[in-house]
Amino acid sequence: MANEHGQKWDRCLADSAVKIATGLGVGIVFSVLFFKRRTWPVAFGSGVGLGMGYSNCQQDFRSPYQLHGHRVKEQ
Amino acid sequence: MLRVCLKGANSAARKCLCGNGVPLHPLQQCRSYTSGGSGSSAGKIVAASVLTMGGGVGGTILYANWDPKFRANVEKSIPYSDQVFGLALGPAAPPPVINKPRKVEPVQISSMSEVWKDSKQPKAKEVQRKAEQPDAEGPPAPAPQETLEAAAKCTECEHEPAVKERPEGEVAARLAEQDKAEQDLLTSLSSNLEDALGSTAKVTLQAIGAQEAALQAIAQHTRQLREAMEAEAPPDKKSTQWRVLEDALSERSRSVDEAGAAVLKAKAELDKLRGVIDGAKHLKIAAARPSILAAEENLHSMVVDLDSVVTRVQTAQSEAKIVSQYSELVNEAKAQFQKELNSITPEIQANWKGLTGKLTQDDLNSLIAHAHRRIDQLNRELAEQRVREQIHIDSALEQQKLEDKKALEVAISTALEHNREQMRLEQEKKVEETREVMEAEMRTQLRRQAAAHTDHLRDVLKVQEQELRSEAEEILNSSLMEKETEYRRLTQDQLDSFTLDMNAAYARLKGMEEAIDSHVIAEEEARKAHQLWLSVEALNYTLKTAALNDPTEPLEGAVQAIKESCAEDEFAQALATALPSESLSRGVYSEASLRARFYTIRQLARRVALIDETRNSLYQYFLSYLQAMLLFEKAQEAPPAKLSAEDLDTFKLLSYAAYSLEHGDLELAAKLVNQLKGESRRVAQDWLKEARLTLETKQVVSLLSAYANAVGLGTTMAP
Repeated sequence: MANEHGQKWDRCLADSAVKIATGLGVGIVFSVLFFKRRTWPVAFGSGVGLGMGYSNCQQDFRSPYQLHGHRVKEQ
Repeated sequence: MLRVCLKGANSAARKCLCGNGVPLHPLQQCRSYTSGGSGSSAGKIVAASVLTMGGGVGGTILYANWDPKFRANVEKSIPYSDQVFGLALGPAAPPPVINKPRKVEPVQISSMSEVWKDSKQPKAKEVQRKAEQPDAEGPPAPAPQETLEAAAKCTECEHEPAVKERPEGEVAARLAEQDKAEQDLLTSLSSNLEDALGSTAKVTLQAIGAQEAALQAIAQHTRQLREAMEAEAPPDKKSTQWRVLEDALSERSRSVDEAGAAVLKAKAELDKLRGVIDGAKHLKIAAARPSILAAEENLHSMVVDLDSVVTRVQTAQSEAKIVSQYSELVNEAKAQFQKELNSITPEIQANWKGLTGKLTQDDLNSLIAHAHRRIDQLNRELAEQRVREQIHIDSALEQQKLEDKKALEVAISTALEHNREQMRLEQEKKVEETREVMEAEMRTQLRRQAAAHTDHLRDVLKVQEQELRSEAEEILNSSLMEKETEYRRLTQDQLDSFTLDMNAAYARLKGMEEAIDSHVIAEEEARKAHQLWLSVEALNYTLKTAALNDPTEPLEGAVQAIKESCAEDEFAQALATALPSESLSRGVYSEASLRARFYTIRQLARRVALIDETRNSLYQYFLSYLQAMLLFEKAQEAPPAKLSAEDLDTFKLLSYAAYSLEHGDLELAAKLVNQLKGESRRVAQDWLKEARLTLETKQVVSLLSAYANAVGLGTTMAP
């Protein structure tokens, strides 16, 4: 149990980093291709990545408190 | 009254409103005026009603004071009015008591005494009359009768004194005396009665005989007188006739006197007899009654005969009187004629019939003229007489009627008296009969009662005999039983003592055998306990093999050994199975390792102190981290005896737990850690589980070792 906390954090950070990087990359690409090298798509992309990462992290941390419903397949 | 007030107020208000038609303020003024105006008329009405009510109440009270019935009615209908009346008038008078029954008795007594007085009075009156008229027959008969009746009544009313009870022997003696006295009295009485009856009968017969003789004499005299009147016998025969007549007359008078005297005597005797009968009645002997009754009957019959004879004599006498009167009249007429003749022809002597030759013609003529004149005179007298006859007859008839009536009354009264007497006699006879019947019945009833009494006595005696017999038997039985029980007790005592000795010896033998056996058993037990203890020690040793961060070896082997060593011991078996399975399979962590782990847990718990179900966003996480960095608590703080609400803060709890861990109290530390909430609790869950396991195992092991020690101690202490 004690380790879970740490593990969560590890996952969370890794995931966030990946997402931010991905967002940045996509943003750069879009900025270069479609938006005439403006900065806003980069910021936007990285923001989107950050937001997604944050959200995922939060979801992961909340997970023991969230109830999951399962669809029971009728036989 | 209230309505009137209201109506008055309303009407006044309306008038005011209608009258004015001006807005609010004058209306208010008007209102005050109307209240004032209606106030005066209301006051009048109030005063009038108060006066009326006061008058009504006062009138009611006055009338109730005068008429108690009205007061009672009002008290019944209106509650609490009786209190008002009590205040005003005082308590109501009680209703008058009816005491009619008390007055009845004196009246009865007075009536009795009056009857007695009345009966006395006629007696006195009769006595007077009797003295006045010695020849009267009616009064003496009723008078003695009435005296008889009165005497009877008096005796009856005197015969009501109370009867006292006397003792039996005395009663018997008295009864015997009474009987003897009665017998004597009876004999004397009966003899008296008979004597009196005899004498009376004789005298009465004499009187009757005398009366009959008188009757005969009177009848003869009358007959002779009539003969003398009617017959025209020659003078010498006439004189003999007259002489005979005189004799007869004297005879008659004599016999009448005799008869009167005899009647008097008879009446005296009858009275005496009546006196004797009264005396007998006074003595009140029951047996004498029939004789008394018979005597009375005789008396009555004698009286009746005497009366009838006397009446016959009376009628004869009256007839004789008529005849004598007639004879007197005839004689008078003859004397008159003779005188007249003598006056006309004084020379002619009495014997004038033989003188027809001596008479001259003048004398003859004068005689004839005289005769004619006499005839005329006589004719005239006759006519006059005829006329007077009618009047005389009428007056005579009337007189006769009166006399007849008188005679009838007298006859009726005597007949009534006789009838009454007869009825009384009959009644007395009937009474006598019924009395005899009743006495016979009473005798039978008394005999029956005596028989019942003897039966009852017999029964009672039987019952008593039985009771006494049963009592004696009971006593006998009880004494027998006592003696028997005594004997049995003694024998039993002897037996018991012998048995006791035998038992004691046997018990000692048994005791010795048991002691030897128990020694053996005790040795066995001691061996077993030793074995148990050894296995428990082995378990303890395995517990100590925990490295710092690794658990101990699995305890399974040691537990198995314990189970084998104490196969019969249920407690040890139970305890051995109570160990948690994880400890058996995996082993448990030691306290030291748990202590070391705690510090990492504590750090983590501090960091996530703010996170629980409601606050678990990443921002909260950031805040919680900030708190953990900035908040400083004591590393170790002594936990209080009781946890209050503010002690349930995570940081405090953790410091308490640290303190208790440092002081070796894993249990308390686990309890405190159990109080964590939210995420802190979640991260500490692992540690808590381990701590629980360790605690459980340690508890069981300590129990086992304590048990083994106890058993060992117990076995070593066995005798």
